[in-house]
Amino acid sequence: MSAPLLEAEGLVRRYTMRRGWLGRPVEVRALDGVSLTLERGRTLGLVGESGCGKSTTGRLVLGVEKPDEGAVRFEGAPLPPPGTAGWRALRARMQMVYQDPLGALDRRLTIGAQVAEPLEIHRLGADAEKVAALLRSVGLRPDHADRYPHELSGGQRQRAVLARALATDPALLVCDEPISALDVSIQAQVMNLLAEVQAARGISLLFISHDLRAVRQVSHRVAVMYLGRIVEEGEPDAVLHDPAHPYAQALVSAIPHPGRRGRRIVLQGDPPNPAARPTGCAFHPRCPVASARCVAETPALKPRPGDGRRVACHVAQGEIPAGQGIAAPQLREAA
Amino acid sequence: MLRFLAFRLSRSLLTLVLVVTFAFVVLRLSGDPALIIMSPDAPPEAVAAFRRSWGLDDPLWMQYLRYFTAILHGDLGNSMRDGRSAIALVGERIPATLALTLPALALKLGLGIPAGIYAALHRNSFADRAVMLLAVAGFTVPSFVLGLLLVLVFAVQLGWLPSGGQDTWMHAILPVITLGMGGAAVLARFTRSAMLEVLGQPYMRTALAKGVPWHVAVRRHALPNAAIPTVTIVGFMVGSLLAGAVVVESVFSWPGVGRLLVVAVANRDLAVVQCILLLVAATMITANLVVDLLYGVLDPRLRMGAREAA
Amino acid sequence: MSDTTAATPPPATLAAPLARKRAGLPPMVLFALLWIALMLGIAFLADWISPFSHTALDLRARLAPPVFMGGSWLHPLGSDELGRDVLSRLIVSIRLSLLIAFGAAIIGAVLGVTLGFLAAHFRGLVEQAVMALVDFQASMPFLILALSVLAFFGNSLPLFICLLGLHGWERYARIARGLAISAGGQGYAAAVRQLGATPWRIYARHVLPNIASTLIVSMTLAFPEIILLESGLSFLGLGVQPPDTSLGNMVGYGREYLTRAPWILLTPSVVIVLTTLSVSLLGDWLRDRLDPTLR
Repeated sequence: MSAPLLEAEGLVRRYTMRRGWLGRPVEVRALDGVSLTLERGRTLGLVGESGCGKSTTGRLVLGVEKPDEGAVRFEGAPLPPPGTAGWRALRARMQMVYQDPLGALDRRLTIGAQVAEPLEIHRLGADAEKVAALLRSVGLRPDHADRYPHELSGGQRQRAVLARALATDPALLVCDEPISALDVSIQAQVMNLLAEVQAARGISLLFISHDLRAVRQVSHRVAVMYLGRIVEEGEPDAVLHDPAHPYAQALVSAIPHPGRRGRRIVLQGDPPNPAARPTGCAFHPRCPVASARCVAETPALKPRPGDGRRVACHVAQGEIPAGQGIAAPQLREAA
Repeated sequence: MLRFLAFRLSRSLLTLVLVVTFAFVVLRLSGDPALIIMSPDAPPEAVAAFRRSWGLDDPLWMQYLRYFTAILHGDLGNSMRDGRSAIALVGERIPATLALTLPALALKLGLGIPAGIYAALHRNSFADRAVMLLAVAGFTVPSFVLGLLLVLVFAVQLGWLPSGGQDTWMHAILPVITLGMGGAAVLARFTRSAMLEVLGQPYMRTALAKGVPWHVAVRRHALPNAAIPTVTIVGFMVGSLLAGAVVVESVFSWPGVGRLLVVAVANRDLAVVQCILLLVAATMITANLVVDLLYGVLDPRLRMGAREAA
Repeated sequence: MSDTTAATPPPATLAAPLARKRAGLPPMVLFALLWIALMLGIAFLADWISPFSHTALDLRARLAPPVFMGGSWLHPLGSDELGRDVLSRLIVSIRLSLLIAFGAAIIGAVLGVTLGFLAAHFRGLVEQAVMALVDFQASMPFLILALSVLAFFGNSLPLFICLLGLHGWERYARIARGLAISAGGQGYAAAVRQLGATPWRIYARHVLPNIASTLIVSMTLAFPEIILLESGLSFLGLGVQPPDTSLGNMVGYGREYLTRAPWILLTPSVVIVLTTLSVSLLGDWLRDRLDPTLR
């Protein structure tokens, strides 16, 4: 087996945030040591609540931002610094699909001009036939080339964004919440289109979403993130049917499911705040099975003894028995 | 609040330093003052003596340092024309200028703000249209045209008022009206749009919907909120009290700071120009500082110094 | 802004919405457009339509009154103290004043947009420096700054135009920076950057056309201010220098003859007022049409 297309090792990204004009700068760890691997032609799904660092991961993987620690390797080579000629040239190999297709398109240029733009930038010859073929490959008509973004529906716009991303025939496509701004009826179409594109082109996808079912539908592997860390990773069927991490269990139980009589885990406590990160396992203030060790020691992401599932949890690893949960005085104070 | 104050104060000082540096750089860039002041055919020894006496032979950083310390000591140089202290020259003109600009400011505020509020409260009425028309006219008629027109009508044709000079209070009437009209027009237009903006806000509708009488809602909600943007422009007007009358003073031969500035510029009397520049900058910056502090009083959201939007 | 433009088609070109709304053109705006067209026509045709050279003396007809005050058709708008034809001088003045105002407006826009884009692109120190300059410029009365520069550097026409070009650049810088930053965050500019476009391409091909209508409106609103500044400085004798003549310059020199020959300064005054009025009306109207977000 050849080297993986994409390897990220120990990515850390910190932002400093000021409260107000004069406030003391607060350091926010958006990413706290994320490692991931993506094989050629495969899809890695990245799930988690908003603010957990999914989108930051996407930007670091594309090299739009530099990680504060850690490194990304693409096709075996480290990413060049953003904004350099080398980085720009690499854009032909890695592309992105956005949550808000209208925002990602230039309102003053026709769809055709925008789909042709990557071809012009990378000097691949931007002729009308190529553009028409690209539009057809994402299920648009060639005459859509003369339309402006506001003249298309949401689903059509997302198809146009996809056509633009595919123009240079990239090896990696990062899809950041590609369907969450679309109508439910359109979501399935776009999901199917992504699957088709992958089958036809052998492209690798990093699929970022908070929608577990969408992730499960397209992914070969799934990683669950919580507050800047991956807490569980594995095959989608395994992770999403039989989650090991208490947070993943709560996420999965929240999916409405016909015919299942609800044993829903309702999380206690405040939603995660990256500016006031709990000690130890970041999930412990909301975890129903946490105990003292979870407050003191951060669990590592490693294969579980029984079935080799990669999970970052003392309880799931069998290191300690399930506790009763920890009330979170320090978190309340901070918030 | 204290931190906010300290921050604003240091920023104001920084701007002042910027102005001083600007004046110095421009001064040095503008060529050799010796050759500008002395006639081109002056003997070389005289030029050299002039240079020595003004310290023009020293390295640039030394000149800058000397310049800066001199300014800190309130020494803004002597007029290169008649050798008198620039600050004294400017200082004796200030009362004359204030005699025009202070009544004009009162006129602007007393006319512009009520007119703007009235126009906003009676939107699209005849009065609103009249006020807006006058406001546009006040902005598009340059002060020298307005001043000369007033002279033509009231001094030349009717002979009621003197056309220039500074002997009696009668002499101040035409310049004050000229100054005040333009500012009142700007202020009326600005107040009107600030009021209209506020009147369209949801909290006004809420207040009216819950039964607050119209005049109470206007007084308690609309006016204080509309005051916030208006304060900025009033601050600018207060800041330009010293130098807002350059053109009008020239039209009416009024011996104020503005007239002095025009003469100094025409004669390239750099010390005087620079002194006026610094004085204007200082008043402007002080006025801005006061406006910022007033914001804090008027707008509780800004009181804690949380100015993210800025 | 995004909400409104999402619902209604954005103006692909400036001309499209104008054409659509022409039926309902308010009479004031129509007058403004006609007046501006007249002024532009005069400016372009100045050499062909002025009856005399603007410096030609006619010593036998000094201070001749205009036709409407009982003068002859030889000098329809009268003549000045040296017998120079007021109409001819007016025509040449209109050309020079418009040239200065156009030149200054374009310089201001180019300077401001460039600095705004630089601030938005580099952020950090560059942005701080640009914003400090913006604050400085916005907090000083421009007339005083202009007078100081004139005192320090003396006067020449190119310098004068550049100096007036410094007027209002801070507004373009603010607009350009704000819009470029908002386009860069999650918007189309970030997307185009991710396609591998160079900054040059991003700003020239994408950001600039997207903010063009806002900039054009701001330029229209700044134009009358520049005309007023130019005429004010020239009136003080510190702007355009003889033998060149501009509108403010004519008023300034005509002032000496206010009692004996008011027509010398009345006609250029009327032209100044009508021109600034027309351009302001047009600017207000354009702003309401194209860019309601602008104050």
